[in-house]
Amino acid sequence: MSVRADVREARAIHARKAGFLADTLAIATRAVRAIPREPEAIIPALVIPLFFFVVNVGALSDVATAAGGADFNYRAFQLPVAIVFAVTGVSRAAALVTDIQDGYFDRLMMTPVSRLSLLLGLMLADFALVVALTIPVIVLGAVVGVEFATGLPGLVAFVLIAGGWGLMFAGFPYAIALKTGNPAAVNSSFLLFFPFAFMTTAFVPQDAMTGWLGTIATYNPVTYLLGALRTLILAGWDWREIAKGLAAVVGVGSVSMPLAFAALRGRVSRG
Amino acid sequence: MLVGIVSDFAIVLDRLERRFAEVEAVAGVSLSVPPGEIYGFLGPNGAGKSTCVRIMCTLLLPTGGSAAVAGYDVASSPDEVRLRIGVALQDASLDPKQTGRELLWLQGRLYGLTRSDTEQRIRDVSSLIDIGDAIDRRIATYSGGMKRRLDLAAALVHNPQVLFLDEPTTGLDPVSRARVWEEVRRLNSVLGMTIFLTTQYLEEADELADRVGIIDGGRLVAEGTPGDLKRSIGSDVIEVHVDGELDAARAAVLAVPGVNAAERRNETLLVETADGPAVVSRVALALNGAGLNVRALTLRTPTLDDVFLRVTGHHIRAAEGL
Repeated sequence: MSVRADVREARAIHARKAGFLADTLAIATRAVRAIPREPEAIIPALVIPLFFFVVNVGALSDVATAAGGADFNYRAFQLPVAIVFAVTGVSRAAALVTDIQDGYFDRLMMTPVSRLSLLLGLMLADFALVVALTIPVIVLGAVVGVEFATGLPGLVAFVLIAGGWGLMFAGFPYAIALKTGNPAAVNSSFLLFFPFAFMTTAFVPQDAMTGWLGTIATYNPVTYLLGALRTLILAGWDWREIAKGLAAVVGVGSVSMPLAFAALRGRVSRG
Repeated sequence: MLVGIVSDFAIVLDRLERRFAEVEAVAGVSLSVPPGEIYGFLGPNGAGKSTCVRIMCTLLLPTGGSAAVAGYDVASSPDEVRLRIGVALQDASLDPKQTGRELLWLQGRLYGLTRSDTEQRIRDVSSLIDIGDAIDRRIATYSGGMKRRLDLAAALVHNPQVLFLDEPTTGLDPVSRARVWEEVRRLNSVLGMTIFLTTQYLEEADELADRVGIIDGGRLVAEGTPGDLKRSIGSDVIEVHVDGELDAARAAVLAVPGVNAAERRNETLLVETADGPAVVSRVALALNGAGLNVRALTLRTPTLDDVFLRVTGHHIRAAEGL
């Protein structure tokens, strides 16, 4: 069978393993590119935190100031709550399920792509997205007069901690997506958001909480995440509070990430 | 377990098995495909075709036997296999939110092509599949035929040695089907690419394949060139339609000298003979002599469906429930 010269030239192009970093960036690039094409997935994450921030500040600011004193800045107290609302539960897990159902995940699996990159690439895109989602909330906070006691470095730390939380929390929907391949199951992972977000110091300081809600808030990692974020705005570089917040992020990640990567191992297993 | 290059064949299956719990989807399939051949893997839905392909494409591990593709064992050297194969699975596996170009670009990057090589290959495969300006549109806007052609392009971006096409024309209209056939022939003749084609369409295997393997119930039940397979059941087939009992017609026909076999197919009796023109009038007389009213007698050459009936005991379309 003869092969034409131009074809022989094309054949000189050979496949090879791209490498872990290149694979991860390629998967992340595709995921980032898809984000603006799915506004239905982003609009709630943009609107809900702004809505809660405006409503909570509007409804409770006077009460909180009366209870906490004239120096108590309820707007600054609420800003981290809005940020946590913005970044919690944001992930490409639903898109991953669509890939699995449409067979596109199989197409990726038939390439020599690093299996780890299939998930890490999505998480990299998620991190970029959740960082972007903090911006409108921070801008709104600035508009209503919230300033960072820690200045610009504190703002950067604030965004990174919030982004880290969003990333660690995303391990749960990824675990569900990879384990089940079921969009309804992934959507139901949003239920995890409520106890994490509301059974905590979202509305009042912990020392003002009593009874069972106070007890739950003590064990809720979001309490410590909010504590760290609030410290950066209200108090300054309180390393003890910041360390607690980071520990909360790492603690949740130590549960969610093993679940997600175990589910990935199961999904890419050829057994 | 085999490691590294195991043979000069493009594909070697050796007593390949795959079980899913109690179900034996593939039950000891052995075959080999030399480089540059189009191999047609023919069988009804559920015969085990796609399971074999998924094993060869490194998506599944065999539970018994072995499979080597492009010289590498799929179980022990999956990445070596992946670098050398292109795959278009049964349903076009595409991301509707990407454009055609973006999808091909990602494929190129995951196969380690440089930017310039990827751009070159996108140009090459775009002209090959004749996708035109649609390559910059979102895949969600593509027709079924365009999706299949893009799927084929994605399978070709990295210049694979072996191309797997799993039912590439299922669900396509006749025009789109003809275009895919043309592209498959071109890939084989121009690039010298080995193509493993699964299909449930007899005419597709007949038209495209250098050799055909027939799989039924997870077992390879026949293999050969389409011509050899058809010749193996006799040179001619007479289709008989009668008013009355087909069993009586079969008994009458089997008594005719020159008739090799007679099989029922729904409301039709298929008569195999080495010399159709000489035997057809005798068949008509025998049926008349048995008191049966002949509605139609059709003389034709054998098809792969006749072969399928001979080796499996049922017709491929009946097995599909069609």
